[in-house]
Amino acid sequence: MRKFWAWAAVIFGMLYFILPLLGMTEFSLKMRRGVYSFDAYAKVLADPRFQETFAYSVGMAIATIIFGVVLIVPTAYWVRLRLPGLRPYIEFITLLPLVIPAIVIVFGYIRLYNTSSFLPLTGSATGTNILLMFGYATLALPYMYRAVDTGLRTIDVGTLTEAAQSLGAGWITILARIILPNVLVAVMSGAFLTFAIVIGEFTLAALLNRPAFGPYMQLLGANRAYEPAALAVIAFAITWGCMALIQVVSRFAPRAPAQLH
Amino acid sequence: MSEPFLSIQHVRKSFGATTVVQDFNLDVDKGEFISFLGPSGCGKTTMLRIVAGFEQPSAGRIVVGGKDMTSLKPNQRNIGMVFQAYALFPNMTVAQNIGFGLRVAGRPRAEIDARVAEMLALIKLGEFGARYPYQLSGGQQQRVALARALAPKPRLLLLDEPLSALDAKVRVSLRDEIRAIQRELGITTIFVTHDQEEAMSMSDRIVVMNAGRADQVGAPFEVYNRPATRFVAGFVGTLNVLDAVVKDPASGAVEIGGVPVALARSLGSVKAGETVSLALRPETISMTHEAARSISIPCTITAVNFLGSVIRISADTGGNSLSFDTFNNPAAPPPTPGDRTTVHFSPADLLVLQA
Amino acid sequence: MRLPLDWLGVAPFLIFALLFLILPTMNIVIGAFQNPAGEFTLKNVQGLFTPSIMAAYWISIRISLASAILGCIVGFAMAAAVVLGGLPNWVRSPLLTFSGVASNFAGVPLAFAFIATLGPIGLVTVFLRTQLGIDLRSLGFNLLSFWGLTLTYLFFQIPLMILIITPALDGLKREWREAASILGATGRQYWTMIALPILFPSLLGTLALLFANAFGAVATAIALTGSSLSIVPILLFAQIRGDVLGDPHLGYALAFGMIVVTGIANTIYIWLRARSERWLK
Ligand SMILES: Nc1ncnc2c1ncn2[C@@H]1O[C@H](COP(=O)(O)OP(=O)(O)OP(=O)(O)O)[C@@H](O)[C@H]1O
Ligand SMILES: [Mg+2]
Repeated sequence: MRKFWAWAAVIFGMLYFILPLLGMTEFSLKMRRGVYSFDAYAKVLADPRFQETFAYSVGMAIATIIFGVVLIVPTAYWVRLRLPGLRPYIEFITLLPLVIPAIVIVFGYIRLYNTSSFLPLTGSATGTNILLMFGYATLALPYMYRAVDTGLRTIDVGTLTEAAQSLGAGWITILARIILPNVLVAVMSGAFLTFAIVIGEFTLAALLNRPAFGPYMQLLGANRAYEPAALAVIAFAITWGCMALIQVVSRFAPRAPAQLH
Repeated sequence: MSEPFLSIQHVRKSFGATTVVQDFNLDVDKGEFISFLGPSGCGKTTMLRIVAGFEQPSAGRIVVGGKDMTSLKPNQRNIGMVFQAYALFPNMTVAQNIGFGLRVAGRPRAEIDARVAEMLALIKLGEFGARYPYQLSGGQQQRVALARALAPKPRLLLLDEPLSALDAKVRVSLRDEIRAIQRELGITTIFVTHDQEEAMSMSDRIVVMNAGRADQVGAPFEVYNRPATRFVAGFVGTLNVLDAVVKDPASGAVEIGGVPVALARSLGSVKAGETVSLALRPETISMTHEAARSISIPCTITAVNFLGSVIRISADTGGNSLSFDTFNNPAAPPPTPGDRTTVHFSPADLLVLQA
Repeated sequence: MRLPLDWLGVAPFLIFALLFLILPTMNIVIGAFQNPAGEFTLKNVQGLFTPSIMAAYWISIRISLASAILGCIVGFAMAAAVVLGGLPNWVRSPLLTFSGVASNFAGVPLAFAFIATLGPIGLVTVFLRTQLGIDLRSLGFNLLSFWGLTLTYLFFQIPLMILIITPALDGLKREWREAASILGATGRQYWTMIALPILFPSLLGTLALLFANAFGAVATAIALTGSSLSIVPILLFAQIRGDVLGDPHLGYALAFGMIVVTGIANTIYIWLRARSERWLK
């Protein structure tokens, strides 16, 4: 009896999830009258605006990931090593972007970094790009920090550091050669998640007026019928790909955390 | 003959193709303390869970007080149970944990409070009623779990290795405490353990389990001194196994390492010239000769383990290896490996092991 | 001398958080209490109390609350089915992976998927009309409405709940259920007296998170409704883009209001959690 209800709950739930996916896929294939075709996809992929915005967003995602790793890995490492008492506070800060709506944060950027401010980032395209990247890094902060911190938990940071120091390694060497490889799986999980977030992000890019993929999709949605569905399928495939990659790299994670005592 | 209080009849339990408990029979009298003793994976927990109602037996019946309980749900059986990992409800205080059984039974508030106070006094944690489980030590938590199980006045108390998560000292003191409480309340109890010392010291009777069967049921003295099967003999206590050549099966005459020995019993179907296995407990062997220890066998000491009050010595009799105990004597240092000596024992202490 | 040097290690992070998270937010909060000349005023906040802005907040809160509560219930049911319902093992891992995907499949493409499904010529709409003779529109269903938006938000809310609550359900020990049952408790008593109180903090935390998640969702709402549904994030978006309110400082107040709402949700959560978690270490 319990099993019946369990199956019922899961099947009913999955139906809800599968219908929209089915709907968008079917719709994306209907561009040519009467037959299913990939016309919508061909149209989208051939659109130079698609190529430009997609390339822009991929570039932004990569930049965000690199910046995020460089910022967060040393911080999480340092907090674990030297300032464990600070951890709850750092964790609190990293969770703030889940509570403060992104639109409020970007509103703050526009006000704080306008052309007449102390740091006129919005004054130039490059400056705005950098600001946007910082914004993305902020959005990804909860996920990235959590992933890295979880990864660090499985290794004994203190012992590894002392061992490396006794062999004469400096901080940069320790971070790059010892800590990073050990949390690589966690970092990559965080990276793929960041990629998925940045690729489709709309609010920040739209309000900072950058030619990103999210605003492009929204624009297309307002003006076309079938292409948006094709875009949705592509976006879903990208998200799925990122999650699948997380699964794949997790396979390579050391199964039993290597603890040194 | 009076009706047994708890009767486990022909119980079998299979998970898929593997049979975990087979043809298990046991009658328990009211107020008895029974231990299930056996190696890991032999089905002790499974048998206990069948009595509790968490598992349905594939065959057989569980009868309590003359009533068949086999198909009753756990919450209809009025049984108390203590789990290995305490299983206290973390969101409730000690008092709420103990009162839980009465609360879900809808007893009045005053009655619950009185019973909880009584139980707290019984487990000597009178001051701890308002604490949460995480604020207690392991031993204290397990006492609360015991009180929680006893509070609704169950007909039967089941304990599944309740002491195995505790450290050695606490284990021994809690063992005595559980037994004292059990005697005081006169509650019929089944205690699961794989620690033979625990089973020996606490139980009225022990059920030695082996691969899902009850190999022997008996008082600790009986199980230890008259093991019914080779498994029981080997599992309960340490045992020396000696090979003996049969000379005359009818009279029980055998030879151990060339020394003739007259067993106190006939060997039945065994033929002359065959080898039988005989067993000896270490404490029945001695290096000093006494009238009752009529068998003497020369041997070479191979190892000496100083255990404190007792010294365990291993020796080789030319073919058989023996270990035996002597008490520590500050005045006489123990022998050293390589020494030659003679050991003595009584033929009455020899156990004939069935194959 | 050690302490200041230690702090140097977290300085980059703290500076980043200050510059790109805390100061921008503070700036909005302060701006909400300033007039264009930079003097303190309560006018902006008072300006929020017009029927149209209040209505926007109200519908935003309702949608967020509805999608958070429904997401919690449905997600809980699905997670419980997988963890406690005795389903085969091969259901669990794909469901969790899918939840990871779906919880991140928000924003513009999600809106497209729902338009293609429940929009005027969507798959389900057409199927119901042509095959079963059910006209969703005449039944009062409209994707660009309270329920339409809620239904769409559930697509990321439910999986988020599944992802968060599954580990919590795994944490319920089998012995607790068995101990309760052998003490005479029914399944219902086990749930109300033990399992739900133990899960309560996680449930509450997820509810607060889902609420904030829906409340700040801009992209899905804009892509789905354009600007036909006046909810707070859409209003604020339009205000930032083109000052539709005709008063920049009213915009700060609007954003400040959003912080207040999610802030209240989280304060309630922290307060309830503190009350319910005395038994935790
Ligand atoms: N639900 C189950 N499904 C399949 N096999 C099971 C199940 N429960 C127990 N078993 C198997 O039944 C056998 C007996 O298990 P049981 O837990 O009764 O052993 P035990 O005597 O209590 O051992 P231990 O001393 O380690 O607790 C084991 O081999 C175990 O793997
Ligand atoms: Mg067991």
